[in-house]
Amino acid sequence: MQALLHQIFSGLANGGIYASIALALVMIYRSTHHVNFAQGEMAMFSTYIAWTLIQVGFPYWMAFALTLVFAFVSGVLIERIVVRPVEDKPILVVVIVFIGLLVIVNSIAGWLFDYTPKTFPSPFPDRPWYGSRYISAHELGMIVVTLCMLALIFTFFRFTPLGLAMRAAAQNPISSRLVGIRVGWMLAFGWGLAGVIGAVAGMMTAPIVYLDPNMMAGILLYGFAGALMGGIENPVGAAVGGFLVGVLENVAGAYVVGTELKLSVALAIIIAVLVVKPSGLFGKRLVTRV
Amino acid sequence: MTAILELEGVAAAYGAARVLHSVDLKVEQGGITALLGANGAGKTTTLRAICNLIVRRSGTIRFDGRPLEGMPTEDIVRLGIAHVPDGRGTFVGLTVEENLRLGAYTRRDRGEVAADFERVYGYFPRLRERGEQQAGTLSGGEQQMLAIARALMLRPRLLLLDEPSFGLAPMIVQDIFRILRTINRQEQVSVLLVEQNARMALALADHAYMLETGAIALEGPADAIGNNESVRRVYLGY
Repeated sequence: MQALLHQIFSGLANGGIYASIALALVMIYRSTHHVNFAQGEMAMFSTYIAWTLIQVGFPYWMAFALTLVFAFVSGVLIERIVVRPVEDKPILVVVIVFIGLLVIVNSIAGWLFDYTPKTFPSPFPDRPWYGSRYISAHELGMIVVTLCMLALIFTFFRFTPLGLAMRAAAQNPISSRLVGIRVGWMLAFGWGLAGVIGAVAGMMTAPIVYLDPNMMAGILLYGFAGALMGGIENPVGAAVGGFLVGVLENVAGAYVVGTELKLSVALAIIIAVLVVKPSGLFGKRLVTRV
Repeated sequence: MTAILELEGVAAAYGAARVLHSVDLKVEQGGITALLGANGAGKTTTLRAICNLIVRRSGTIRFDGRPLEGMPTEDIVRLGIAHVPDGRGTFVGLTVEENLRLGAYTRRDRGEVAADFERVYGYFPRLRERGEQQAGTLSGGEQQMLAIARALMLRPRLLLLDEPSFGLAPMIVQDIFRILRTINRQEQVSVLLVEQNARMALALADHAYMLETGAIALEGPADAIGNNESVRRVYLGY
């Protein structure tokens, strides 16, 4: 029983990472129907920026904040420079651009920082909080950080004028332009925000998996499984899906398929969702009367 | 009378397909101008050309004497031109209230916006009842009211309406046209109304233009157009 609880809690901790990546994917998918394959690599690169800042002596949370700024700006720039020119091109062109982006970001990271894994500090204490036996302080911290971020994102989209404008632009670009929303910038902001969410995920993962240019490869797949499971159009669903995938993966890894085959759980989930319920567990069908 | 909007030799195309050839048109300050014509004559395209939306345009378009050439849609809106597009342009996944808030997106005068919510709900009480409802679940008539209300939230000086009667029951069309008349008088907003329902449009408008295959075929005071022999035969059916 204790072992199972432990698996579930650490699954939730990983799930927070998957939820973040899933949310970043959904944010871009909702507005442009693009799946950003480079989401994980952008997160990894941001984490290297954090690592560099910490190496040169910045305190952790200062480095954390600066990294988020970097992630936002680089997300916006990538959208404006790389994605914008192919926006209306056939889907294959877009896919190839994203794969190219993935390879390029990965290679630049390898070239700048080399491929040897690096340790990345955790901002949370070594000892478990409140003497909990089921969960380490870092795992608990990961969950808390993820939940705070989800709450912030939700608040932003639900209650601010800019958040409303971004939702409007994703839904109906033409009507949005007719009320004066600069739709192009809203898409770029979306990329910036996705970059920020990914960067948080990267910095939370790195202490566990070690920092190296390929650290996000598997995580992107789990994130994708989470997004599909919750509903690729639904941010809340994607976050819940991410947590579910984390728990499923961990429990299945411990009791069913073994650690080596864990990643195949993600693939099985993707296939199962696509076959059984393509709109995802929480994907709601939009009701429209005409 | 001065013109708030002037089009001179305006042409417009979708890619290689040219829809407007040369349109000359004026909207008088404070007046209601109707733009009539058959399907495919270029009525919607004329409105899109004014807002630089979707079409590639050429010719001169002046709003308040100021040329709109090369100006993006988002900036044209900020001059005070509200466009109610064909198909109503509802943000179907957002609530009615959010739709209205988006109408005031470019405005910074928060207190005034709050007052405008009341004013707009005054014209369309049904929208207040449905404030929290997803806009896509409204009936066609309600969505048309919402589209007009959203445009009013901009506090526009010029309202462009694209077929507000489309697909609606005659009773509801009469309601909407009655409210449009009130709005035109109370808000001192000039109106350019595109319609297929020529009878309703001519009853409301002061001045009218007939558009035929991308060019103006006929223009004049609304009652004169309504009495024109060929217009009556072709568009009014008597």
